[in-house]
Amino acid sequence: MTRTPSAPLSSSRAARRGAARGDGAWPWAFVLPLLTGIGVFFIWPMIQTAYYSFTEWGVFGGTTFTGVENYVRLFADPRLYASLGNTLIYTAVVLLGIPIAVYLASLLNLPGLRFASFYRVLFFLPYVAMPTAVAIVWRIIFNGDFGILNYTLSLVGIDGPYWISTPGTAMFAVAIVGLWSSLGFSMIILASGLKNIAPELYEAAELDGATRWRQFRSITVPLLTPSIFFVTIITVISSFQLFDLLYAILGSTNPVLPKSMSLVYFFYDQGFVQNDKGYASAIAIVIFLIIGLVTLLQFRLQKRWVNHD
Amino acid sequence: MPSFFTNHTSSPGGRARRRAVLSGIGLLAAAALTAGCSTGGGGGATGGEYAAAPKDLKAEITYGVWDQAQVAAIDANIEAFNEVYPDITVNVNVTPWASYWSKLQTQASSDTLPDLFWLNGPNFQVYAANGKIEPITGAVKAGDIDPKNYPEALNELYSLEDTQYGVPKDFDTVGVWVNTALFEQAGVALPADDWTWDDFDTAAQTISTNLKDQGVYGAAGGMDGQTTYYNTILQAGGEVINADQTESEYDSPEAQEGLQFWTDLIANGSSPNMQQLTDTPADQWFTSGKVAMYWGGSWLRPLVGESDVAATTQAFPLPIGKEQATVIHGVSNVVASASKNKQAAQALQVFLASEEAQQQQGDLGAVIPAFNGTQQSFVDSYPTMNLQVFLDALDYAKPLPVSENTAAWNALEVELLPDAFSGDKPVSDVAKEIAEQMNAALAKK
Repeated sequence: MTRTPSAPLSSSRAARRGAARGDGAWPWAFVLPLLTGIGVFFIWPMIQTAYYSFTEWGVFGGTTFTGVENYVRLFADPRLYASLGNTLIYTAVVLLGIPIAVYLASLLNLPGLRFASFYRVLFFLPYVAMPTAVAIVWRIIFNGDFGILNYTLSLVGIDGPYWISTPGTAMFAVAIVGLWSSLGFSMIILASGLKNIAPELYEAAELDGATRWRQFRSITVPLLTPSIFFVTIITVISSFQLFDLLYAILGSTNPVLPKSMSLVYFFYDQGFVQNDKGYASAIAIVIFLIIGLVTLLQFRLQKRWVNHD
Repeated sequence: MPSFFTNHTSSPGGRARRRAVLSGIGLLAAAALTAGCSTGGGGGATGGEYAAAPKDLKAEITYGVWDQAQVAAIDANIEAFNEVYPDITVNVNVTPWASYWSKLQTQASSDTLPDLFWLNGPNFQVYAANGKIEPITGAVKAGDIDPKNYPEALNELYSLEDTQYGVPKDFDTVGVWVNTALFEQAGVALPADDWTWDDFDTAAQTISTNLKDQGVYGAAGGMDGQTTYYNTILQAGGEVINADQTESEYDSPEAQEGLQFWTDLIANGSSPNMQQLTDTPADQWFTSGKVAMYWGGSWLRPLVGESDVAATTQAFPLPIGKEQATVIHGVSNVVASASKNKQAAQALQVFLASEEAQQQQGDLGAVIPAFNGTQQSFVDSYPTMNLQVFLDALDYAKPLPVSENTAAWNALEVELLPDAFSGDKPVSDVAKEIAEQMNAALAKK
């Protein structure tokens, strides 16, 4: 669930022109299968969820309309704010991965780098590995008594905490894994952005005596901002959908879980463990609205920093 | 078992529960109640009509289970079943434990439950009360199923308002798995079979002290009610929930004493602390030779058997508090009341309940079969481990505490009890809080 398939980057101009001219039914015939899929598997369930959020479910289905009761209950529920806070911490840490990805991607893009594709594969591997498998390995790494992380720390005299069983550190531990596993995806997007930067710019800068670092700051980063913007949007959305990593790393019986829930975990717990599906629908709608709002905000703010030539 | 490292085979690994059934209510009243008590959705229980299936009955049915490890035994059962009913095709549907219950929930909501399926204690009542499963009354009346063949506590577990719905398939009880090598190293004598809480504490402390430099602990506390605190609560003479399952008993002095047992164990250093037990679950501490005594279910047998400590492991009965007690739980086979091939499903249910099928389960499976007298192969599977302990426990076993909405208060235990065990809050405060919230959950139903 932390993974979001890459959405179409931008509607290309050609497509827009075609639609505007109105070529009759043919274009529709071609997109119909896709539209049907979206309609059946996305739009309709969304409408249903919105409806169910105003109902209370019987144990085995059978709904009673209760109006806004679920929402009233939800906004008075401290768990909503706690899980929102946890999700924000996670998002903040994972976002730190983007500058790292920018820097690593530009290194990998250096002309004449040997084994470049090998490194690319190396960085991308965590992204394609199954989240649960990744989580199990990290769970072992984080183990307070026998984990390699605390062992390494002990070599330099640091007494490491019980990473995944201490309320304060558990969310950071999960976020570190999230950062690590999303690097590869960000780097792929950024690398394709880098390919679009004209090599002449670097040649010119070199003639002017600009250092590598200066070139990175004054050419690479500004011209990469559209890609960075896209990666940021995707990262924020997928961070707000944090579930599988948290579930697999912390384990469903971890005592710190109630204090380290993410929004989606809160949804899962209410809907599928407690079987309170009406309430869970309300949570899902609130998550949807929060993500929409945050994304809108990012689009507003992009004018300040994204470079459109 | 709640760890995702261990793939718990047999039953419900840590999360099974139940609670007694009021034998006090008269039969007539019960019959009336059965129809009346369903909440929302479903109708009341149907009568449990039954007629033995003719041998040439033609049908295709599904059998829903969650444990891949038992499929070999199930296949053998079905092969034997088909010798009697050659025209009934049985499709076995295995759904992993983690998604079994949400899938079942969905299937029940749309009346597409498997014709025959496994049900556990904590989830039983909600299905029975909402008329989703068929009582076995008919088969019992016809003499095709005799509840006397199974442990009394399990029949009780799968009865609601004096009507039995499920036929016990297997059972598990709890004992102390002991690493005798660590006892020897620490210079502690092995316990007697009638040991007490004090004997246990002394052994745990002595081992922890003597083997501290090896990182070995005498015992392990635990977050799993079925294997730890439910047992001590019962042994202290308490209950988790009252007999008619309407009120929490967590705030009784006996229950608090049962919880205190585990708090003390951690506080005096006999057990790893809560964080250590979260990072590395207690059963792993044991199987890696770092804990000398582990309270665990009979389902631990395959795990111990494959571990490095297999040769030096022996099972002991749980130590005695005010009284001797262990929690018992087992899976049962139930027929969906909306099944389109009810007769065929009931035929399979009856067959699986037979001595022949249960013996097959015992010989091939990873579980203790429920049919009295078919359990010897479990004991024989590891002759050195003294597994007889788990069978003897039947004499003093009490059903797992459950109610109609078990999940609601199980979640409270997971959330609130750690503060008591870690010593962050006094046991009495936590017990009171659980009782309050649990009562609220029980009142809602």
